[in-house]
Amino acid sequence: MMKPVPFLHLLLLWLVASACSAAIDEHEFSSREDERRYNQFINEIRCPQCQNASIAGSDAPIADDLRQEVYDQMQEGRSDDEIMAFLKERYGDFISYRPPLNASTFLLWFGPAILLLLGFFVVRRLLAGMSTTDTAKSLSAEEVRKLETMIGGSEDGKQ
Amino acid sequence: MNPRLRMIIPAAVFMVMAGLLYFGLNPDRQLNFVPSALVNRPLPVFTLPDLFDAQGTISSNELTGSIFLVNVWGTWCPPCHQEHPYLVEISAREPQYTWIGVNYKDDLEDARDFLDERGNPFARTIVDIDGSLGIDFGVTAAPETFIVDSSGTIRYRHVGPINNEIWAQTFKPILAQLQ
Repeated sequence: MMKPVPFLHLLLLWLVASACSAAIDEHEFSSREDERRYNQFINEIRCPQCQNASIAGSDAPIADDLRQEVYDQMQEGRSDDEIMAFLKERYGDFISYRPPLNASTFLLWFGPAILLLLGFFVVRRLLAGMSTTDTAKSLSAEEVRKLETMIGGSEDGKQ
Repeated sequence: MNPRLRMIIPAAVFMVMAGLLYFGLNPDRQLNFVPSALVNRPLPVFTLPDLFDAQGTISSNELTGSIFLVNVWGTWCPPCHQEHPYLVEISAREPQYTWIGVNYKDDLEDARDFLDERGNPFARTIVDIDGSLGIDFGVTAAPETFIVDSSGTIRYRHVGPINNEIWAQTFKPILAQLQ
């Protein structure tokens, strides 16, 4: 009575486990090198549907199709640049996580540097302003003498 | 620095912030919209099976020559069900426009049954069983609709279901301009 149950459980577990691994290893590669290249590449392609994920990390059907497309093209011997050009032709620069440098991405590329320069400029102005106010407020020799007479030339006459 | 110039700074900062916020907080801005790389580009080249003719094929160059609309759909896609009655209505009301369906990654039997039961707005339906034509069109998810002009150039891409309002406000002006 007791024996078949654990066996069935084991069998079920084994079935579930094999189904899972089948879902993860969706492609076969002839070499480690190829597999690494594929994995690296799909991590740099943005999923057009769920936009916060790469096609490597997305379950959207289109991400699945694009992974297949990338895999097929790699098997056909196309280079990364060629595949990227293929994708950009269809989905625009949007598809790549590395935005090209053009008029609309100018701020994206140089915004931080511009802000840093601006900050540097403002700080320098502020510091310069501070030192000029200091000189303006310090007393001239004439004023010091006047002040001392007002106080009554007392003590040691230190400024 | 010139004190006059200095007075402009807060105003300039305000203007820049206001501009960015106007852009960023605009309720009409579609965050999920992927600008299509295919607008103003030629129709992809293809030869694919015809849904209603097992032996026949449909190719891109036999479609080119007049204005037509391409609708990418599948029976597995709920928004396509939502859109379908509008397509049937629009195609019946305005027969001057040719609709070409792209049955996208679907069960062909289900697709034929669907069109037989609920009406077929399409002059012809292309079978894209593996989604490769979808990739060529830069489709992200069904339904999507494209306007192709008589020179075979894609003029517009619409993402999501069409209804009467979208048809009247978005599609009609573009179609009118093309004619």
